Amino acid sequence: MPKPFSLARVSILPLMLVLLSGCNMVVMSPSGDIATQQRDLIVISTILMLVIIIPVIAMTLYFAWHYRQSNTAAKYDPEWHHSTGLEVAIWSAPLAIIIALGAITWVSTHKLDPYRPLERLDAARPVTEEMKPITVEVVALDWKWLFFYPDYGIATVNEMAAPVDVPINFKLTASSVMNSFYVPALAGMIYTMPGMETKLHAVINRQGEYEGLSSNYSGDGFSHMRFKFHGLDQAGFDAWIARVKQNGTALNRDAYLKLEKPSAKEPVRYYATVDDGLYEAVLNMCVREGQMCMKDMMHIDMTGGAGKESHENKAKLEHDNRHAKDEAPAATFPETGNPARSEEPAEGVEENPATMNHDAHQSH
Amino acid sequence: MSATQVHDTGEKPTFYLTEDHHPENSTMLGFWLYLMSDCLIFAVLFATHGVLGRNYAAGPSPADLFDLSLVAINTAMLLLSSITYGFAMLQMERNAKMETLVWLGITGVFGAAFLALELYEFYHLIHEGAGPTRSAFLSSFFTLVGTHGLHVTFGIIWLVTLMVQVRKHGLTHENRRRLMCLSMFWHFLDVIWIGVFSFVYLLGVLG
Amino acid sequence: MHRAAYETILDDPMFGDISLTQFLFGRLTWEAIPYHEPILVVTFAVVALGGIALLGLITKFKLWGYLWHEWFTSVDHKKIGIMYIILAIIMLLRGFADAIMMRIQQAIAFGGNEGYLNPHHYDQIFTAHGVIMIFFVAMPFVTGFMNYVVPLQIGARDVSFPFLNNFSFWMTTGGAVIIMMSLFVGEFARTGWLAYPPLSGADYSPGVGVDYYIWGLQVAGVGTTLSGINLIATIVKMRAPGMTFMKMPVFTWTSLCTNILIVATFPILTATLALLSLDRYVGTNFFTNDLGGNPMMYINLIWIWGHPEVYILVLPAFGIFSEVVATFCGKRLFGYTSMVYATCVIMILSYIVWLHHFFTMGSGASVNAFFGITTMIISIPTGAKMFNWLFTMYRGRIRYEVPMLWTVGFMVTFVIGGMTGVMLAIPPADFVLHNSLFLIAHFHNVIIGGVLFGLMAGVVYWFPKAFGYKLDPFWGKMSFWFWQIGFFFAFMPLYVLGLMGVTRRVSQFEDPTLQIWFVIAAFGAALIALGIASFVIQLVVSFFKRDELRVTSGDPWDGRTLEWSTSSPPPDYNFAFTPVVHDHDSWYDMKSRGYERPLEGFKPIHMPKNTGTGVVLSAISVVLAFALIWYIWWLAALSFIALIAVSIAHTFNYDRDFFISAETVTATEDARTKLLAERT
Repeated sequence: MPKPFSLARVSILPLMLVLLSGCNMVVMSPSGDIATQQRDLIVISTILMLVIIIPVIAMTLYFAWHYRQSNTAAKYDPEWHHSTGLEVAIWSAPLAIIIALGAITWVSTHKLDPYRPLERLDAARPVTEEMKPITVEVVALDWKWLFFYPDYGIATVNEMAAPVDVPINFKLTASSVMNSFYVPALAGMIYTMPGMETKLHAVINRQGEYEGLSSNYSGDGFSHMRFKFHGLDQAGFDAWIARVKQNGTALNRDAYLKLEKPSAKEPVRYYATVDDGLYEAVLNMCVREGQMCMKDMMHIDMTGGAGKESHENKAKLEHDNRHAKDEAPAATFPETGNPARSEEPAEGVEENPATMNHDAHQSH
Repeated sequence: MSATQVHDTGEKPTFYLTEDHHPENSTMLGFWLYLMSDCLIFAVLFATHGVLGRNYAAGPSPADLFDLSLVAINTAMLLLSSITYGFAMLQMERNAKMETLVWLGITGVFGAAFLALELYEFYHLIHEGAGPTRSAFLSSFFTLVGTHGLHVTFGIIWLVTLMVQVRKHGLTHENRRRLMCLSMFWHFLDVIWIGVFSFVYLLGVLG
Repeated sequence: MHRAAYETILDDPMFGDISLTQFLFGRLTWEAIPYHEPILVVTFAVVALGGIALLGLITKFKLWGYLWHEWFTSVDHKKIGIMYIILAIIMLLRGFADAIMMRIQQAIAFGGNEGYLNPHHYDQIFTAHGVIMIFFVAMPFVTGFMNYVVPLQIGARDVSFPFLNNFSFWMTTGGAVIIMMSLFVGEFARTGWLAYPPLSGADYSPGVGVDYYIWGLQVAGVGTTLSGINLIATIVKMRAPGMTFMKMPVFTWTSLCTNILIVATFPILTATLALLSLDRYVGTNFFTNDLGGNPMMYINLIWIWGHPEVYILVLPAFGIFSEVVATFCGKRLFGYTSMVYATCVIMILSYIVWLHHFFTMGSGASVNAFFGITTMIISIPTGAKMFNWLFTMYRGRIRYEVPMLWTVGFMVTFVIGGMTGVMLAIPPADFVLHNSLFLIAHFHNVIIGGVLFGLMAGVVYWFPKAFGYKLDPFWGKMSFWFWQIGFFFAFMPLYVLGLMGVTRRVSQFEDPTLQIWFVIAAFGAALIALGIASFVIQLVVSFFKRDELRVTSGDPWDGRTLEWSTSSPPPDYNFAFTPVVHDHDSWYDMKSRGYERPLEGFKPIHMPKNTGTGVVLSAISVVLAFALIWYIWWLAALSFIALIAVSIAHTFNYDRDFFISAETVTATEDARTKLLAERT
């Protein structure tokens, strides 16, 4: 892989120079335009700051050496402690750097806002009217990723693909706790939160298989909450869609509710068909029969609530995505409701028999 | 600025006090700082209510629940208690122990009445199914008002303690300082309540 | 929805369905004791044997009475300061043990190898590491220094509220005890050190772990807030005559700013954790996913506390460096005024940057950019400080005693952390660096390179003041070099790993090319372990060589501030006569203008009496917390009532002070006169 920005690497970590040439720093050599611009910012800001950092380190070491006690040749002036000119300089030098960085920050934060639709595929190619972006709806489950492709009516677990040089519009949510969607080669991360939707716009410019992961700790199975992101050419992408359609099963609400249960190290799964509005239901936390959707609740709240006689609404709004109520009553211990040492690790979460006690869990 | 000062080494100023040094008493400043920190706790609760106060979870809203006339009586109780505390402090200035105690007692009664009305309101709400677990709005309402009520409760316990101490030791220097601290605390709770009344009840019902 | 604790009770008519055992012990059962987990059993055995040995020695040498009367119940700010630092060092060992365990796990858990810690353990360990290092190492360390040094630097005899000071210390210790209990009874939180809901809510963390976290921090938080109030009042009201604000030593200035930050932020932490506990105990909906709750609120609130917290830690460290650099360069601090203003600016700015901890939550671009730029602005006063230290060295005559080594090490290390911090402050760059090991490397870079180096410098600098003998310089230098080199080995690889797209809190890896970096980092951690060992050896060696290292003058470094004007260790009353201040660097001023120590005319000195109430209140608080964690409601009620009763009883004690007689003062001062005479 070409490494045009090796300069940055050298300047950030001079100590590691030798080892660095051997490793693949995906953040410094990404394959998507957004991540590339983000990398450029890291490089630019590093260089700007080194303008001041290198002299400071050099001066520190020089002064520390030159003014050592044994060097009686060095000038000693115990009363010298003020110099207006110098004071102005030491405040204005960092100020100047920060003004420059601040301007860059303001502009780049707006330009690279994840909510902002793409304006370019890369430095040379702007996005045109006729380019049709693909939409991917992402749900972070405990502890796997679910991807809906509404344009194709399919869904996948722990694997996603996108055609190169086509803008991707991500809409993201989560089923239970906060996670963060991150494909380092593609673009920066964005949190996924239950009952809320975040957005991300990105494009992949090079074919390849990239790592995707959750970068926000979410519990037991978090370490393995990874997926493969395939950047494919149009033909390859069409073939991938066809493969999903051919090998996939149906994702209806029941299947989703089963899938939603906590599990780790899930294999890749394909769904050839998806129930209408399932993503909307997930987002609004109303997949389960009889639950009130968040947006309906918010609508009622906007109009001043549902009055005193609305007791039945409470049960409709209680959300139990970890399915604690499905368990036999004995699963909670003791009767005070909460077990002392938390729930059993979910299916598929590896336990090390050498250090982990199984007896405790069996006695539940 | 001392920065440019050049010392005449011949001059020998005094470098220590031969008399006893009595730094100013810090209790009032310290207590004031405590009140500010407490104020921040309330600030968090107000902010929380500001964010969650309209999340009724398809349940009752302030207009459905709050009885403003009850709250008005309640407010009057607390405001009166502040005034009577003021009278107690005036009597303390006059060094009138008995009168001070009487006014403190009246303050306590008003405070207890305030608490009783608040508890009645809470009981009534929970009975209607509008308890703190019903919605985020009710969670923040019960927590904000309840925290204030808890402060009043501690204020009353403190008041009774101080009344015993004043009875026992009289209006000594230390007891006066303590009465001053409680006075600040009591008025502080009053100010907080005015915030609660305006932002939670009035704005809730009318806004 | 989970069943809130109280609902369960209400459901059972007068506990009808609850057995006697459950009534008595709540959810505490034998199962809570991890006797089948070898690591914990061994740890417990070591701690228990060590504890028994220690208790045995104390009993053998009949030290209980001494410890109780002279230390535990002491309201002397110097003793309390020392106790804080001892607590911090003990907890450092625990926190560092966690760090080593994580480093080993990450160095071996590759490919199919799952390492030796399953997620259940690993997740507790990284949570405990963060909580312990911030709340029970850095905080008590910093508070200990402020307690010990500030009254001496301002020429006071104690803090404003001596009893409160003792109480604060014991509450902090109580919090530490609660956290340590979770190791052997139940479990600790598995949520990360800030316990973000909904993960930390009752639905997703139903065990006792988060409850330990909450109550440990709440109990310690009471202590921290009160100690903050105490020190502000002390600095504002108790300064020696003539010491105007602009003549205060820089460490006192940074302490003032730190304590203002403490008083202005810890209540926010308290309130936020209280709301989380209401969610967990009562079933309210502040931070739940459903019924209108909003977890993002928690994240905002906790960082409104959390960001100032890092300045709470680093400002006193800056103060220590300022004292050390002026002393060992034999020169006035360059730019005192700009140093003071820089400190105040940092204090204020630290309030308006909190959102940079979650740029990736999807706030608008303008909001992100605003907080990004305010964050960068902090680097201006910080940069100015750096230059001030630099120009203090300029035309100085630098003595390379150990504190100065730490200071130069800090200056070189900290600027790198500052630079990566500004990179993280640029929102689009943060999108790729957030939650990565680059972030981890950054904050360890500033917390170790800034706070810890400062605290280590402070230990060596003020140790002779507190104990009357210097620390052995050889082992001090060993400690410094192991720390300094170990730091680079341990954290530079993490910067690289961050740029390789590796994120935090992961316990098992697939990509084998990462492993070499984790191995280097583990090697670095081993070097740091040697640094800590050298520090401990330094303490022991110095104790045995104390006669050789003895400091009779009270002023071993040719110091510049008032604490060096009194004896080492200082007498109970600090100063026989209250000093009068004419200039900053007042002791230097006194020395250069021919100050002569008063030899007669001593008067009785008014001092506060010791009291055991602080110990008792803290012990009851620990019991209360334990009862709440395990749902032992009768015990909770009982201990709560006891807490109030003891507090009230304490206010009935009006006899709180006494006089040190003029004879005692004269005898103490005469002894010092004799010592000083022998020296010359």
